[in-house]
Amino acid sequence: MRNIWIIGKRELSAYFGTPLAYIFLVIFVALSGAFAFYIGNFFERAQADLQAFFAYHTWLYLLLVPAVAMRLWAEERKTGTIELLMTLPITTWEAILGKFLAAWAFIGVALLLTIPMWITVNYLGRPDNGVILASYIGSFLMAGAFLAIGSCISALTKNQVIAFIVAATLCFLFVMSGSDLVLNAFRGWAPAFLVQAIASLSFINHFDQISKGVIGLPSLFFYASMIAFFLFANMIIVESRKSA
Amino acid sequence: MAVLVEADRLRKTFGPIIAVEEISLKVSQGEVLGFLGPNGAGKSTTMKMLTGFLAPDGGSARICGIDVAERPKAAKACIGYLPEGAPAYGEMTARAFLHFIAELRGYQGDACGARVHAATMRTGLEEVLDQKIDTLSKGFKRRVGLAQAILHDPPVLIMDEPTDGLDPNQKHLVRKLITDMAKDKAIIVSTHILEEVEAVCTRAIVIDRGRIVADGTAEDLMQRMPYHNAVAVRVDANKADAISAALAGVANVDKVDRKTLPDGQILLRAAPKPGTTVASGVATMLNQKSLAVYEMYVERGKLDDVFRQITSQEGRGRNA
Repeated sequence: MRNIWIIGKRELSAYFGTPLAYIFLVIFVALSGAFAFYIGNFFERAQADLQAFFAYHTWLYLLLVPAVAMRLWAEERKTGTIELLMTLPITTWEAILGKFLAAWAFIGVALLLTIPMWITVNYLGRPDNGVILASYIGSFLMAGAFLAIGSCISALTKNQVIAFIVAATLCFLFVMSGSDLVLNAFRGWAPAFLVQAIASLSFINHFDQISKGVIGLPSLFFYASMIAFFLFANMIIVESRKSA
Repeated sequence: MAVLVEADRLRKTFGPIIAVEEISLKVSQGEVLGFLGPNGAGKSTTMKMLTGFLAPDGGSARICGIDVAERPKAAKACIGYLPEGAPAYGEMTARAFLHFIAELRGYQGDACGARVHAATMRTGLEEVLDQKIDTLSKGFKRRVGLAQAILHDPPVLIMDEPTDGLDPNQKHLVRKLITDMAKDKAIIVSTHILEEVEAVCTRAIVIDRGRIVADGTAEDLMQRMPYHNAVAVRVDANKADAISAALAGVANVDKVDRKTLPDGQILLRAAPKPGTTVASGVATMLNQKSLAVYEMYVERGKLDDVFRQITSQEGRGRNA
């Protein structure tokens, strides 16, 4: 536990040691607001809720979370610090969890900075704050799942740009997995249950559930298992490709 | 002295490439072992297996009696490791970086600060402690890596090319540090600078193509050279024949060869029979016969030549 904390602390301060953190925070807050007001028609809807705000989180994360995740392992590989880190008396799990939690906490900070949206909607009307809280939790969980994918991909390469593009593409496929774009690729040959299983992997569907205020076990389980699966894959990749 | 590092038939392949074919070695407390070998010989890979970074495809490594594969965390706690190029988190200050390492090494609070302070003093980092590592010169960066490796006063110290790319002053400092610590530790240093072996190592291993091709002290290695302990004299061309004949008559001289120098003088080298020396015999003879020479010295044989001889012979042997 202590090692996870030490590694996480270093990782989080590493974000703030470069301009990346500030650029990310500003863009996240600005874009999430802009989407809500201009595309989501926050005012025109004349509804006291944050649907217009949360609806675009999936798309924002698609772009921004891989940017947060891309350096997690690719940079360690590139600079050779992976050799330093993995010869310290820690386990691979501790390193992976420490890094992942730091990046997740960083996205949490970005989410917290959007609280003015919540204040605004409370000022303008009487929203269901329970639904808003659920939406925040759902959004955070979805970010965690994107992040686990990004971290896993980042361990595959020394090149952060490659890590970013591959992770963003993979995240996109998961987001779209309930749509014909992905499903048509499987319908021709795969058995129906597999197509169904793939459709159920859609990030959007699960997020929609939560952002309607329904924190159902299936959705929680879905995000938790996505995170667990990709972090496990992350560990296998780190262990087996240290030298590459 | 206790054996602190033990490798038993380590082997590592990367796809079709055999990086380390079979390496077994033991290093005891108080020993400084030099890893010599051409680039790509398998020095770094061997070190990565000893430190638990890479899992060997065959064989095993034990540090302080602990099997690296079975109990990696305990084994790693006994090792200080300086990877090649001294990687470090560039966006951190030297102080923050060393604190991070100390914390992961299990130190807390004051002990953490004391460890960082001690390592800082030993490596002479005080003046740059609060600078970002990215902004440091190569020499200071290397020292940060060294400080990180010796921070927990480990019984085993493994350093991959610790002086590579440093200027002579910095090299001297690093070597002094190694010598100072040598007494109660087992140290492995890889290098392809041969003078380093003479300067710091109690023993050297020459690795070529993933195998150990020579093992011994620097002196042992140099004895492999045909002109080891030969006496060289520089003389005028017109006296060369007489002196050459006289040299051949000295006890224990095996053969005398001659080389014309650019200025027309002749360099005669009297090689001793194996295991003997001829220096005093030659000196006495020259004295008795009142033969004038410009210069006279004992050839030590260069490690560089040994290195070339061993590793290129191997190459020929394999290709044949």
